[in-house]
Amino acid sequence: MRTPIAYFLVLSALLFTIGTIGVLVRRNALVIFMSIELQLNAVNLTLIAFSRQLGEVNGQVLAFFSMVVAAAEVVVGLAIIVSIFRRRVSANVDDVSLLKW
Amino acid sequence: MDLVVFWVMAPVSVGAAVLMLLQRNAVYAALFLILNQFTLAVFFVLLDAHFLAAVQVIVYAGAIMVLFLFVIMFLGIDRREALVETIRGQRWLAIGLGLLLVVGVVLAIGLGVGLGRAPGPPPGGDNIRAVARVLFTDYVFPFELTSILLILAAVAAMVLARRKARGLPDREDQPAAEPEPERVP
Repeated sequence: MRTPIAYFLVLSALLFTIGTIGVLVRRNALVIFMSIELQLNAVNLTLIAFSRQLGEVNGQVLAFFSMVVAAAEVVVGLAIIVSIFRRRVSANVDDVSLLKW
Repeated sequence: MDLVVFWVMAPVSVGAAVLMLLQRNAVYAALFLILNQFTLAVFFVLLDAHFLAAVQVIVYAGAIMVLFLFVIMFLGIDRREALVETIRGQRWLAIGLGLLLVVGVVLAIGLGVGLGRAPGPPPGGDNIRAVARVLFTDYVFPFELTSILLILAAVAAMVLARRKARGLPDREDQPAAEPEPERVP
């Protein structure tokens, strides 16, 4: 029997929520970044599940683009983390509060 | 058979994600995220997205996570994570709101899609062929734009992570991180 699409959607919602909680709770910039990746992956799963439900590949193409953009985003984000780390030796996001009033 | 694979992989996937959050050590967190991404690739196969399953393993679990691990090694592992909350009660508030989010989304799925409905028969033909046909006809312009995006990302990363030749104290190389004007054909 085929798995109902809603199972994948609920799983994706769970993963997205775990990623959201990770972004909100963790303090290490790298782990926050990984949580964002988890959220992106969860959304990709939703896209592909709906693409399967509708019998079209447009959702898969969209997920493909989201992967490409995620790759670019990871490269730039990690470079920013590295350059922040060079200036103040810490990967803790609370230390980067220069713009806070 | 489908359902069995799903019920075996789904707890692994959620468990890997939760364990990723609970790790003090960033390397372990990255390894759990890799496990999670492998399970997602399995789900993609279940959903007949064979091309994206391969891309998921190669791009995410391969390239991106290697980059993550490389940066973790480069920065050194610091286990000390600040346990002080800058906003009081943020942790429990985040978990509570997260649970609220999951309940809301599940409710929306139940109302909108229906929890039990099985999908129709899989679309016939080759998945990779179908994706390629759509990608290179309907989405050919965004596809070309992604190449510009990737080049920009590579250049921006090199500019941002560059070390000054002489140890100058000031960093006037920050404005150079601005992306160059795009030349769209």
